Amino acid sequence: MTKLETLQLKLTATRVRMGVIEATHGAGCGHPGGSLSAADVLTYLYFREMRIDPEQPQDPNRDRFVLSKGHCAPGLYATLAERGFFPVADLPTLRHSNSYLQGHPNMNTVPGVDMSTGSLGQGVSAACGMALGAKKLGSDINVYTLLGDGEIEEGECWEAFMFANHYKLDNLCIMIDVNGLQIDGATRDVMNSEPLDHKMDAFGFNTIVCNGNSFADLEQAFKMFDLSHGSGKPTCFLLRTTKGLGVSYMENAVDWHGKAPNDEEYAQAMTELRAAHATLEKEIEFNNG
Amino acid sequence: MADIKKIATRVSYGNTLVELAQQGADNLVVFDADLAAATKTEIFRKEYPDRHFDCGIAEQNMVGVAAGMATMGYVPFVSSFAMFVAGRGFEQIRNSIGYPHLNVKIAATHAGLSVGEDGASHQCCEDIALMRSIPGMVVLSPADDVEARAAVIAAYNYQGPVYLRFSRLATPVFHDPETYEFQIGKGEKLTDGYDIAVISTGLMTNEALRAAVLAKRQGMNVRVINMPTIKPIDEEIILTAARECGRIITVEEHSIIGGLGEAVCSVVSEKLPVPVRRIGVMDQFGHSGPANEVLRDYGLTADNIVNVIRDIVRPDAKA
Repeated sequence: MTKLETLQLKLTATRVRMGVIEATHGAGCGHPGGSLSAADVLTYLYFREMRIDPEQPQDPNRDRFVLSKGHCAPGLYATLAERGFFPVADLPTLRHSNSYLQGHPNMNTVPGVDMSTGSLGQGVSAACGMALGAKKLGSDINVYTLLGDGEIEEGECWEAFMFANHYKLDNLCIMIDVNGLQIDGATRDVMNSEPLDHKMDAFGFNTIVCNGNSFADLEQAFKMFDLSHGSGKPTCFLLRTTKGLGVSYMENAVDWHGKAPNDEEYAQAMTELRAAHATLEKEIEFNNG
Repeated sequence: MADIKKIATRVSYGNTLVELAQQGADNLVVFDADLAAATKTEIFRKEYPDRHFDCGIAEQNMVGVAAGMATMGYVPFVSSFAMFVAGRGFEQIRNSIGYPHLNVKIAATHAGLSVGEDGASHQCCEDIALMRSIPGMVVLSPADDVEARAAVIAAYNYQGPVYLRFSRLATPVFHDPETYEFQIGKGEKLTDGYDIAVISTGLMTNEALRAAVLAKRQGMNVRVINMPTIKPIDEEIILTAARECGRIITVEEHSIIGGLGEAVCSVVSEKLPVPVRRIGVMDQFGHSGPANEVLRDYGLTADNIVNVIRDIVRPDAKA
């Protein structure tokens, strides 16, 4: 990845973050914290990694993505909108009674959403089913799913992890957004799941620990996933991230797990993100010149 | 009676999966949770091992995997005991199959009390209530081998989630396979009568038929209606019975809370109020014992149905 490509991804991720703020502010509720920690990996997936076409959201040969941590719908919706699946202008209708942008992802109303999710622990099972289905079809489809580090407290996740290994789903990439926070506090205090790398290794995964907010790290991680095809091992990314990244007052603040910015907070967040956006544009211009 | 064929509907299920595959249902896949021998999906596994997936003792994940598989164009049948797939897997069925309306068939065996010896932990009398409360879920409860086979085929051909309820106990086959026609949402009038209507489902239809014969000897003409689809319920056949018979008894191997009885009550109370007596498992758990003894202990027999019929039709008569 060239420096310019990295800058462009950062620019896109900044716009995705703006979308998260627009959506949650428009809704008056929702989950900005985990959407912001996941904005970079979502951007990388939809702008660099996945085989998808916004013009054909139901193409049977597309790669699949399941947002198992469905409450981060604002992040997914902002990414899909930015990628062209539906208008960015619709984002503030999130959670409104007449909107197709349901509070949690709905595969039947939102173009580009591959699975309805929201109840934690369930998306990863569906992703396993998609990966198994792709294998049975003899298809080269990849299946990606993003979980929260709080979500994996659900027992179903570990059933699914066993299943992925047992059925040798090396076309499945399970990504855990390890931002360290959940509703009631730090995950290590609420229910400690560490050492996650050892656990995922023990469950038979090709485990990759990386900075989930670094595009260089993400590029390496996805390369290792690509290289693992044929190994018979499913891949797991442990993405070390910062919850709320990109909006100063939301960063590493547990309060911002599930709270929308008010008008004043919205203005501040947008000012910060617009400034970051402008800086990136200048850097891109400089690198282009 | 020796020449009457007895088959458990779970066996009908396993056999029909194979038949569907043999007839070209290439997108049919089967999931089980370490109970293939009991749910009879092993019959399918033996013939089509590459289309049968054991998920281990992990029903929640099994339901979710089936949902994902359905999004890829497959028609998954997921199987376990009713208690474990409908009970433990309820929220997965509701959110991962029901809400997105995915084309998954949930085939639950060992429903009701007739599980027998395993006792209350394994006897599921709540599954109909759970499943019919999920929007868009079709709930089928066949009464014998012929109907069970037809129900599996209908479920496969139907686009959307279906819950199928099967039994462990081998019971008499009373439908004629040559003439029987199954349609989702349609009840079946088995005997004509105007004194009272008995609406039954699953294994209880056999008991209702026997009860009708016993009642006839006592001069009471009973209309027996078999209700293999609990949802969507056949309103027409219920309202006709209400109009023509004036009173209804429902019989089910399920809690009287939330099952066939309440489904029938919902119809008549809003459209044509008539008295309805529900025979089923009262608000209580089952216990261990041979299936027929447990069913007897809970009043789920022809003898008890006749007693209830007589109480209603001839309240002044001595028992």
